[in-house]
Amino acid sequence: MSLDKKQFLQAYRTMRTIRDFEYRVSDEFGKDNIPGFLHLYAGQEAIATGMCMNLSDDDYIVSTHRGHGHCIAKGGDVGDMMKEIMAKQGGSCAGKGGSMHIAAVEKGMLGANAIVGGGPPLIVGAALSAKTLGTDSVGVSFTGDGGSNQGTTFEAMNLAVVLQVPAIFMFENNGYGEGTAAGYAVGSKDIASRAAAFGMPALKVDGADIFETYKTCKKAVDHCRSGKGPIAIEASITRFRGHFEGDAQQYRGKGEVKRLMKDLDCLKIASDIAISKKLATKGELKTIDKEVAVYIDDAATAALAAPSPDVSELLTDVYSSAY
Amino acid sequence: MPIKTYRQAINEAMAQEMRQDSTVIVIGEDVAGGAGCDGERDAYGGVMGVTKGLFPEFGEGRVIDTPITESAIMGAAAGAAQTGLRPIAELMFMDFLGVCFDQIYNQAAKFRYMFGGKAQCPMVVRTMAGAGLRGGAQHSQNLTQMVTMVPGLKVVCPTNAYDAKGLLITAIRDNDCVIFVEDKFLYETSCEVPDEMYAIPLGEANFLREGTDVTIVGISNTVNKAVAVADRLAAEGISCDVIDPRTTSPLDEESIIESVEVTGRLVIVDEMTPRCGIAADISSIIAEKAFSALRAPIMKVTAAHSPIPFAPALEDAWMPQESDIEVAVRGVLGYRP
Repeated sequence: MSLDKKQFLQAYRTMRTIRDFEYRVSDEFGKDNIPGFLHLYAGQEAIATGMCMNLSDDDYIVSTHRGHGHCIAKGGDVGDMMKEIMAKQGGSCAGKGGSMHIAAVEKGMLGANAIVGGGPPLIVGAALSAKTLGTDSVGVSFTGDGGSNQGTTFEAMNLAVVLQVPAIFMFENNGYGEGTAAGYAVGSKDIASRAAAFGMPALKVDGADIFETYKTCKKAVDHCRSGKGPIAIEASITRFRGHFEGDAQQYRGKGEVKRLMKDLDCLKIASDIAISKKLATKGELKTIDKEVAVYIDDAATAALAAPSPDVSELLTDVYSSAY
Repeated sequence: MPIKTYRQAINEAMAQEMRQDSTVIVIGEDVAGGAGCDGERDAYGGVMGVTKGLFPEFGEGRVIDTPITESAIMGAAAGAAQTGLRPIAELMFMDFLGVCFDQIYNQAAKFRYMFGGKAQCPMVVRTMAGAGLRGGAQHSQNLTQMVTMVPGLKVVCPTNAYDAKGLLITAIRDNDCVIFVEDKFLYETSCEVPDEMYAIPLGEANFLREGTDVTIVGISNTVNKAVAVADRLAAEGISCDVIDPRTTSPLDEESIIESVEVTGRLVIVDEMTPRCGIAADISSIIAEKAFSALRAPIMKVTAAHSPIPFAPALEDAWMPQESDIEVAVRGVLGYRP
């Protein structure tokens, strides 16, 4: 089943929100308004969006260091996220997480993870909770091609198969683990078939096409919800930005980024298909673009004006009770 | 009151908590045993038999045998703890901490803080430590210091059956990640343990002997050695306070300080390598906070700074022995500036 008009407009809005959010934090980073490290999701929006449209707040996701997009797609509050990334009061993690630990626990977004490969074992646990407690929740770990090579990821896939828990291993192959090509670092050159070798179905999808990612993710979520155990997806995609903001990307080919931004822009691909299928008009999409621009600008303006966390918060929430 | 072993007390704490709270699960390698085999299920009940009998009572949905996969066990427990379960994850030997430490110290320990107080991780890692069984360099270590240094973790080291039951019940009910370090030398030791459930708070030391000349603090089984030494020295008129902190995180600093303020002399015993260990930590705390009470330098009795050797003669020399504790006690008593 493909996206209908209403679903498509929602998907487009989510993807546009992620894109604008990422470009805005990139700008603010350039103006020294954001401390620390930033790893942006621009270019990969269709994957988080296509997956999370199939999930509810009762489903769980874990993310990577490149986690803003997953958090927005899962329903995280954009204003709180902006404050968190700018290290301000009212941030989603009270200023204790930052970009690499962005989370929306109340929405089932259990956290971005700055340890590559740190998330997959955790999602096996979330899926185990669903199975043990008898809910129909599923757990999704978003992992990059880099994280796909970690031992923790292998262990997590094996344990998920052994315990037959409703876990989805979503591998976003954006072609690079930091500054090394996936074609070099993934020994088998094929993340999906490696996942399949653990004993679960593994699907492949063009990660730049929201219609395809939505459909494939739906298949995976249905598989898990019907009690058939874990499943994996490899989504091929590119990233528009460097590994981190400030990455000169000398490892990329001449003109490569420019070409990919033209050919693999999920927003442009989505618009073209939708208009040709009469799911949306140019005017409707323009309206969404304008609304999102205001939304992001408001979030950034509020975050810029917010105060820093109070230092009295330094030692709160290390433990659940007096220590 | 019934007499139970340390092993039985730990088993009873788990069974009783599992009966009253359906979110408590046990997960680990061979916690039942026999999965996929032609023979019996619950064949092991844990490699030391500590979880024996839980599988027949609670079934495979709550007593979960895993592959040999420590990172995935600890990660799955942490993810499950974040989403509504209270897992008791078994890390068979504490030496295996190296395989899975990321999931404990970078994940479980940090959820609450890193996510601004919106997440919690109510899990227990049961693990066994302790040398003397000729297990060699990778099946013998007590790495309590490595987990004690991590903010977000709590660390419990029960030294008798009574404490083991009450502390484990507290640990299971706690909303943080608790590392529960069982001393494998103690499984067969026994004492009076009530049948009913009781909880011993974390961070409250136990005074095993009261005295006025020397304070001895012992961690895990070394505290039992300290008691034996104190009893022998009492015959000579040497009076020792013997303190079992019971938990190294949180640590009951106050009890140790109060004792040192009376005795003025402190001997700390642990079965860990000496650098950055628990003895060194307690020593620094007392040097800072009770300096003026000290009448002699603080003495540490620890293992040697080497991997744990296999040969019995070498391993015995590596471990802190009662004779080492006695020498230290006499040393601080005989100290003259």
